[in-house]
Amino acid sequence: MAVSETRLSEKEGRGVSRGEPGGGLAVALWATLRRDLTLLMRRRGEVLNPLVFFALVITLFPIGISPDPQLLATIAPGLLWVAALLAALLSLDSLFRGDYDDGSLEQLMLTPQPLPMLAMAKVAVHWLMTGLPLALMAPILGIMLSLPAGSYLVLALSLALGTASLSLIGAIGAALTVGLSRGGVLLSLLVLPLYIPVLIFGAGSVQAAIVGDGVAAHLAILGALLALSLMLAPWAIAASLRISING
Amino acid sequence: MSLSLQARQLACERDDRWLFEDLDLDIRAGEIVRIEGPNGSGKTTLLKILSGQLADYQGELFWNGMPMRESRRAFLESLLYLGHAPGVKAALTPLENLTWYQALAGESDNEAARLAALESVGLVGYEDVAVGQLSAGQQRRVALARLALTPRPLWVLDEPFTAIDRDGVAALEERLIVHARAGGCVLVTTHHELRKTDELRRVQLGRGGQSHGGL
Repeated sequence: MAVSETRLSEKEGRGVSRGEPGGGLAVALWATLRRDLTLLMRRRGEVLNPLVFFALVITLFPIGISPDPQLLATIAPGLLWVAALLAALLSLDSLFRGDYDDGSLEQLMLTPQPLPMLAMAKVAVHWLMTGLPLALMAPILGIMLSLPAGSYLVLALSLALGTASLSLIGAIGAALTVGLSRGGVLLSLLVLPLYIPVLIFGAGSVQAAIVGDGVAAHLAILGALLALSLMLAPWAIAASLRISING
Repeated sequence: MSLSLQARQLACERDDRWLFEDLDLDIRAGEIVRIEGPNGSGKTTLLKILSGQLADYQGELFWNGMPMRESRRAFLESLLYLGHAPGVKAALTPLENLTWYQALAGESDNEAARLAALESVGLVGYEDVAVGQLSAGQQRRVALARLALTPRPLWVLDEPFTAIDRDGVAALEERLIVHARAGGCVLVTTHHELRKTDELRRVQLGRGGQSHGGL
């Protein structure tokens, strides 16, 4: 490599990073999204795990309790929501773990781009590969629990909104425990209390749809919870990652 | 390009033991600074502090005369850090790994540059093989390709020679010298004996508290 070449490319490189910091961030976010999606596509087992868990739990309940449609319909909203919540929780531990183990996380933290935004890209991938499929799957499993017609759309919608909050809140716990070799249990203990409001209003919205009450209020509160997590979680995740790396 | 990284009275304590105390460092453009010391003497910790990853230290750091806390972004824009872990994804190909690093560094998507970077570390023909299937030395080379891919004046390299074969070590050493001569600056820990050149400077970290800054 010639000396002059190095200098020349150095100039170019710095010109780009200085010239358009906003564009630089968008490029970095897009690249992180694409990288994580590619990674998950190559390890499908990891993506399927929470979905299979969700399906298994819901399948086992009618067998374990009773096939009585009326009884099942009463407990279905809560059941679907609890199972989806646990499935989402199950997949959280791996959110930053792989990057921590192979050193990509230190590199992510040493870029000039703001860490909260980059962490958001990772959370977005988590939701796309866990929360969204869970929400799409739930109506099908709802049939198995003889969920009354008319509540399916609300179920999917409430889960889509709710799991986004779950991913955001859970990522804080995942970031805090990424430095621990067995952080799984601690992670659950940390984030479960914060999941409870989402669970209450999520299951509540489906319940309301069944009874025939307005669901708008429940969905609005779920949306508000999501807005709140979107506002606070990125910074909390970034701070937690810094603590974990420092330790 | 002028750059300077200064540490004043740097001290770090780990598990009730002082890794180093009162460490003064002046690192300038055109230098290769080799941090030396036995295992456990705090070489990696020092590199992590100097690259702004650890906040758990005493003393002051200055980048181009400004306190590190105020110039962090400018510092990170000049830094290329390679740690113990290579930071490459086993499930991705070398090209995909470099794509991510190129984007993170804020550079435009340029496949020719990525291929050239892989060529410079002798990985022609392995562009589309998953990194997990490469040998340890080749994986390290993928990480080292970033030196050519994203030009940065300050290189902080933690044991970059690990698992690299003899020809690769010579090429990397040459690359460090070229970088220093072009006005860059290299901070490196290694157990490999570096060739004596005008650019090379050594900093000795002692065991159990004694440390000697400078020559």
